[in-house]
Amino acid sequence: MARVVVDVMLKPEILDPQGQAVQRALPRLGFEGIADVRQGKRFELEVEGPVDDAALARIHEIAETFLANTVIEDFSVKVEVGEGADASAVKAES
Amino acid sequence: MTARIGVITFPGTLDDRDTQRAVRTAGLEAVPLWHRDKDLKQVDAVILPGGFSYGDYLRAGAISRFSPVMESVIDQAKAGMPVLGICNGFQVLTETHLLPGAMLRNNHLHFICRDQKLRVENAETAWTRSYEQGQEINIPLKNIDGRYVADERVLDELEAEGRVVFRYEELNPNGSLRDIAGISNAAGNVVGLMPHPEHAVEPLIGTGRTDGLGFFTSILKRLVSA
Repeated sequence: MARVVVDVMLKPEILDPQGQAVQRALPRLGFEGIADVRQGKRFELEVEGPVDDAALARIHEIAETFLANTVIEDFSVKVEVGEGADASAVKAES
Repeated sequence: MTARIGVITFPGTLDDRDTQRAVRTAGLEAVPLWHRDKDLKQVDAVILPGGFSYGDYLRAGAISRFSPVMESVIDQAKAGMPVLGICNGFQVLTETHLLPGAMLRNNHLHFICRDQKLRVENAETAWTRSYEQGQEINIPLKNIDGRYVADERVLDELEAEGRVVFRYEELNPNGSLRDIAGISNAAGNVVGLMPHPEHAVEPLIGTGRTDGLGFFTSILKRLVSA
């Protein structure tokens, strides 16, 4: 089974108060020098069968219609081939 | 025969009973609808009540959007049936794209529960005919994902077409752009807002006022005149 990772991030122009709260906490914890933090979501999809173009197209559709709200969020799709193997990245931004 | 108003219950909906009660208080028949029903039971209008459908997992309203009942609601809304989304219902309506924009976590990250003043900016929609333009109403607000956002182009379009139906007065409780508390679609039959009119229909509860009752009497006016 192959794993496909979908990362979802708020678009850069959208205020991310959760990320800001994390960023503001860092100096209190002794971590200096972090100018900005933005918080997103990561989905790991275990795919049955081969991750071919058709499967990727379907996952892209899942990401676009459901996992991300493209009014406010961007997403990317990455394929991780096998366990421990190098991740070959297929990127699709929206 | 009186008008039949469908009130949809999703798993995690909290305010369906209050909404049904508000519908009856306005002299209408409340018809409970289950999220798995595709059949809208020939209702004249639909309300998506507040709560935390599907636990707000993924995004508020995102999973409900794919419920079987929503397919019928989307079709009927496009055909002109009045639809009101309150709080979580508003979030569902943005996720279906029946209303533009999106709802995000409050800018201060706190759950907020307060009596909220609103200005009625458009008294022509299916759900606001009992009000007057510019009227100030006071109804409860309770949410954590209440920050309305849309890009500048959409915001300008909403303003130009009179589709900003409610604005927060005195205090913007969540960082919503342009103090927007509620909007409508272009036809004015679909309206969404974050505060809760159904909690202010009887003087003994909520704000102690009945400022929310106008939503439910508005729909009666609309259905009678249609």
